[in-house]
Amino acid sequence: MNEYTYPILFGIIVGTSMRLLMLRTDYRQYPTYLHGKVIHISLGFIAASLGTFAVPSIMEKEFTAVTFLTLAASQFREVRNMERNTMNELDEFELVPRGKTYIEGIAVAFEGRNYLVIITSLLTTLVYLSVNIWAAAGTAVVLYLISKKLMTGSTLKDIVNIKYVKPHFDGAGLYVDNIYIMNIGLPDRQEEVLKYGMGFVLEPKNFNIRSTIANLGQRQAILHDVSVTLGVFRDSGTPALVPLIKRDLDDGRIGVFILPQYQDIDRAIKAIGAVPVLENAIRMPSESRPEMEGKNQ
Amino acid sequence: MNIEKSILAAITTDHSRDRVGGGMPIFYCETQEELEMVAANLEAIIDGIAHALSKDLYVIVKH
Repeated sequence: MNEYTYPILFGIIVGTSMRLLMLRTDYRQYPTYLHGKVIHISLGFIAASLGTFAVPSIMEKEFTAVTFLTLAASQFREVRNMERNTMNELDEFELVPRGKTYIEGIAVAFEGRNYLVIITSLLTTLVYLSVNIWAAAGTAVVLYLISKKLMTGSTLKDIVNIKYVKPHFDGAGLYVDNIYIMNIGLPDRQEEVLKYGMGFVLEPKNFNIRSTIANLGQRQAILHDVSVTLGVFRDSGTPALVPLIKRDLDDGRIGVFILPQYQDIDRAIKAIGAVPVLENAIRMPSESRPEMEGKNQ
Repeated sequence: MNIEKSILAAITTDHSRDRVGGGMPIFYCETQEELEMVAANLEAIIDGIAHALSKDLYVIVKH
């Protein structure tokens, strides 16, 4: 026991609990129960320790100890790889896959959260040592609130208007509103599709959003999340029953065609609205200044 | 082997034989019912989708 014992303990506990608070298993079913969680809690513990130990080391004038933080960076880049690999493997056997953009987004979030843990532990330990435990506790709460804000992206209901439209056939072509989805030849299949299919039109609220929802990764994320929430009426080897999203080239609306097991329009609209806007899909064409190219912007 | 985005078979009731041709298997049927039955079976066997080009001409495409 020395003067650093309690600050270090405090920093590690705050950091690890921060990771716990950011680790939620919800309808997306990721991370899975227990085993998946244990990995992330352990990594969170390591991150918290790294952040915490940096402070006393500097106070003892052991500046080389900071190089440990670089080790942390490469360690957590590895976390991203690990998540990406696992999810890519699992994705092959999903009836409606997540898609690479969604996976990349989740992997990045996992890496980012570990850095937040490091920062939290570092700052709380620093405050503990330089002020007192109550100030450190206050810092922890503030940092938690900040990370919570940083870690919550927007969802689809913020950027699009969602409207239910019953899908219909024009000849063999399946349409949601006026958006062509696919060609289904067999009358039996057509009946099935009309019986179980639901159509939604997502209308972008402004010009930038057109490009965001046009992103194929974003569209796949919508299909995956809706299929997870409402179930999916399909099996392997039935490509005619695949949920699809197509785009209206004229005005950027997208037509979502899904075959949910659970036929509830309100719930489906909620599920679509709750799909996260993938940060890799966000485009801001109206913010670009092509005329400024090559100059200082 | 994985064949994707290609027409794997054509099913038709049009016996004039100058409207459908090429390197894929072509199934000639007598009636509309037979056409639909053959198309449904092929769809299930090949794991493709039966698309209708016209009332008497279906193709099976693997996506």
